[in-house]
Amino acid sequence: MYDFELVKPSTLQEAVAALKDDEAQALGGGQTLLPTMKARLAMAGKMVALSGVAEIKGICTDDAGRICIGGATTHATVAREATGFPALASLAARIGDPAVRNRGTIGGSLANNDPSACYPAGALAANAVIVTPDREIAADDYFQGMFETALDEGEIITEVKFPVPEAAAYEKFIQPASRFPLVAVFVAKFSDGVRVAVTGASSDGVFRWAEAEAALSSDFSAEAVSGLSAPDAGGMISDLHGDGAYRAHLVKVMTARAVKAAH
Amino acid sequence: MPKDTGIGASPKRREDVRFLTGKGRYTDDINVAGQAHVAFLRSDVAHGTINGIDTSAAEAMEGVVRVFTAKDFEGVGGIPCGWQITDRQGNPMQEPKHPVLAEGKVRHVGDPIAAVVAESAAIARDACEAIEVDISDLPAVIDMKKALADGAPKVHDDLTSNLCYDWGFVEENREAVDKAIAEAAHVTTLELVNNRLVANPMEPRVAVGDYAAHDDSSTLYTTSQNPHVIRLLMGAFVLGIPEHKLRVVAPDVGGGFGTKIFHYAEEAFCTFAAKACERPVKWTASRSEAFMSDAHGRDHVTKIELALDADNNFTAIRTETHANMGAYLSTFAPSVPTWLHGTLMAGNYKTPLIYVNVKAVFTNTVPVDAYRGAGRPEATFQLERVIDKAARELGVDPVDLRRQNFVTEFPYATPVAVEYDTGDYGATMDRLLEMIDRDGFEARRKESESRGKLRGLGLNCYIEACGIAPSSLVGQLGARAGLYESATVRVNATGGLVVMTGSHSHGQGHETSFAQVVADMIGIDENQVEIVHGDTANTPMGMGTYGSRSLAVGGSAMVRATEKIIAKAKKIAAHIMEAAEGDIELKDGQFTVAGTDKSMAWGDVTLAAYVPHNYPLEEIEPGLEETAFYDPNNFTYPAGAYACEVEVDPETGRVEVLSFAAADDFGNVVNPMIVEGQVHGGLAQGIGQALFENCAYDEEGQLLSASYMDYSMPRSSDLPMFQVDHSCQTPCTHNPLGVKGCGEAGAIGSPPAIVNGVIDALASAGHDVGHIDMPLTPAKVWAAMQG
Repeated sequence: MYDFELVKPSTLQEAVAALKDDEAQALGGGQTLLPTMKARLAMAGKMVALSGVAEIKGICTDDAGRICIGGATTHATVAREATGFPALASLAARIGDPAVRNRGTIGGSLANNDPSACYPAGALAANAVIVTPDREIAADDYFQGMFETALDEGEIITEVKFPVPEAAAYEKFIQPASRFPLVAVFVAKFSDGVRVAVTGASSDGVFRWAEAEAALSSDFSAEAVSGLSAPDAGGMISDLHGDGAYRAHLVKVMTARAVKAAH
Repeated sequence: MPKDTGIGASPKRREDVRFLTGKGRYTDDINVAGQAHVAFLRSDVAHGTINGIDTSAAEAMEGVVRVFTAKDFEGVGGIPCGWQITDRQGNPMQEPKHPVLAEGKVRHVGDPIAAVVAESAAIARDACEAIEVDISDLPAVIDMKKALADGAPKVHDDLTSNLCYDWGFVEENREAVDKAIAEAAHVTTLELVNNRLVANPMEPRVAVGDYAAHDDSSTLYTTSQNPHVIRLLMGAFVLGIPEHKLRVVAPDVGGGFGTKIFHYAEEAFCTFAAKACERPVKWTASRSEAFMSDAHGRDHVTKIELALDADNNFTAIRTETHANMGAYLSTFAPSVPTWLHGTLMAGNYKTPLIYVNVKAVFTNTVPVDAYRGAGRPEATFQLERVIDKAARELGVDPVDLRRQNFVTEFPYATPVAVEYDTGDYGATMDRLLEMIDRDGFEARRKESESRGKLRGLGLNCYIEACGIAPSSLVGQLGARAGLYESATVRVNATGGLVVMTGSHSHGQGHETSFAQVVADMIGIDENQVEIVHGDTANTPMGMGTYGSRSLAVGGSAMVRATEKIIAKAKKIAAHIMEAAEGDIELKDGQFTVAGTDKSMAWGDVTLAAYVPHNYPLEEIEPGLEETAFYDPNNFTYPAGAYACEVEVDPETGRVEVLSFAAADDFGNVVNPMIVEGQVHGGLAQGIGQALFENCAYDEEGQLLSASYMDYSMPRSSDLPMFQVDHSCQTPCTHNPLGVKGCGEAGAIGSPPAIVNGVIDALASAGHDVGHIDMPLTPAKVWAAMQG
């Protein structure tokens, strides 16, 4: 790890101010950034730790019935307290291991947008709203490709608002070494339709599987998925753990399983 | 009745108290006053010419003590290889130089180019980044068969090719084997890969070098399984330090699995640099460094043919294996695919004709050497897979086919040069079948099918050669070392003992089980016996711990030394009790005179040895300390039968291991609990190889599985509860304890069971896939089902 300056603001205002520095880098739970820095693959002049900012931690329900999770809320807290959205709590409970869940945060995960992270699937399927100090961004606009998001430089996630679906489930097929999703699918059924978000599979990061959404919106059953062709393997990740064809196949399998689990 | 003390009892491991309470003293816990820290600059390309190295910026950095490159090692020896193989034509293998720091070329990702000694590890690492290395990339050779093609880039320019050796065994059998295969009623052929593995002991390697100017002596603290071997190799062959000026200490070591047998460049560097800098220096590997610098294991590509007659008797086996050596020859690398592999190709079966061909190949990868089982897992895997495939092709029961061909009479001289002294392969198979309820399998399979899963039953036998090894034999086979073991038993005046052993414990529990043996022989409490190991300064020259040799060879040395102690103590007791020496008996720590009520306690005799007031001084010397060296006259041959049930998810290809049963014959057992633990660990590693672990390079020689993000270790949640049994015991006929060794069995015996089980599961759904190469990842199993 290279030397850096660490600042630990206690208010959002201080954090925003600290991040105006060109050299500054926000530090959420550090579950990706710190190992990368330890391997000397990343460096930052100034690290702005968000873990001391109380106002962006915790879970509540807003007037619209949405589950609102502070950006610096850990996975363990979501797993324990997001009882109003059990599929999301279950997703959080299955990220990494206890050490990861007690440090890693929802804001950190969504800001990083690892193509194999769990939270992007939950946020995209649930049509969540990503809140920053100055604006609200719909999930459909937020995820812009592998490690790419709509966030500006220094913009931090203060809150994520999740509409609660009528039925939902997250099915994850793990990559055996990292235990990240090799492919995972979050299915969310709302009164106006079904959303299906896939993580781990595409080299463009999390995506919605439109064909499955259309089929499931008229018939929310695993059988509806079995009639579909697997998505195009062309844009899928191909690596040591599985090629594109296998990942495309798993998208279909995991989608059907998620639908079944959501019932 | 289970015993509660001595041989056959299961006292808890005494060393675990310190390990589990954080009080172990590992090499990284050793800090010598004034020490500086070492970081290595390692190659990030697989193959390249070093045009120049500019260390000036690094040297100018504050806190940098000195920067070393190959030019500092002019006149210093290379890292030696401890085993020379003679090829089919009678010529010695090609043996390239292995410099401490890369000379002229880099040959694998991770090859050390330069080293920085600095005031802190962080400064040393920063300074490494400030070294400018001008390297011209060369095309890398990664695939072994491509490496042997005409015109392939050469890893070592001064060798004639990338072929280290072309070994045939037994060469005289070659034509007879060819004929038998040509004339066979049935031949089953299997081509397979034995996947490259990274040992990944929990503790990465560490070396601390310390030089004492006052007596011109060097000390190396290192994470080693065999400190005496390191002292000999490094002292005599690399740095030219005589043994009496060199001490090597391997304190608590956090797992070895073979990869800490070998002498590594970092050890030689730290010893050399401590003297050159006149400061102690310390290097601690990061996990990332371990992946690219610890010797890897396995990496064989094999074709095996099994010939059978019309009655399904095995008539011949022919194998052709390409064995990856990596970029340099690690200490025992040449012996693994040859003498530790070819000699086991008979397995548990009386196949009369066997021919093994091995081509060892240099590639631009990390050197490959012994890893838990070392050659024997490779032999077992191909043999037990081809037998299963033959049973499937012939439509016969795989157990019956094995039984029909078992060796049943002992001693049995195999056609591959070894003689099994004893065994009962039918008994371990019987025991296994009792354990696994084979009759109930079809019902369990149906239950799995009702859940949409495919269930398979896989089983196999194994045999290994342990208790390595008769020195005169291995000398003929090319070993540049003897493979005896040693022990000094020092009895203190008040009756306690210290046993100084040349074996080394790095997880095996020697401090407990060795003490059980000595305490049992004398009849005293185990807590009266202390086991000392790991320091060349206070242990006799010994060859260390690997190849499941420590109890069979090291334990035998300890028994011999203790027998000498008892013989001398009886003389003392006879003198004091005024009896004939032949009438003295030792039982439960008491010397008695046969036919009388005279007795003396153990402690009274030992006191007399050191306070020799009434003592036969004209006959024997005072004191009670004896040393023995034990050189075995054969290997030991643990064997067994293993089985597992697996369930395959046909939608994803994911394999779950539902049960695993191991029936082993380890001969006599000293501590059944420790044996069970050794088997558990071996099974975890074997199942890891079968399902998860894979060290992969891309075509340019970049290590793809360079961290735990991509290299998958087995976890407890991946494993079932193990059924382990070692009640079948045919004691070894040639060592005093009748023991065979248990450290590697689990890793040797388990991979074929898993693969056989998965093939069986797929066959139940009509997928006749023949073979799937390890690791059986979900993606590979699914792809195999797609045809």
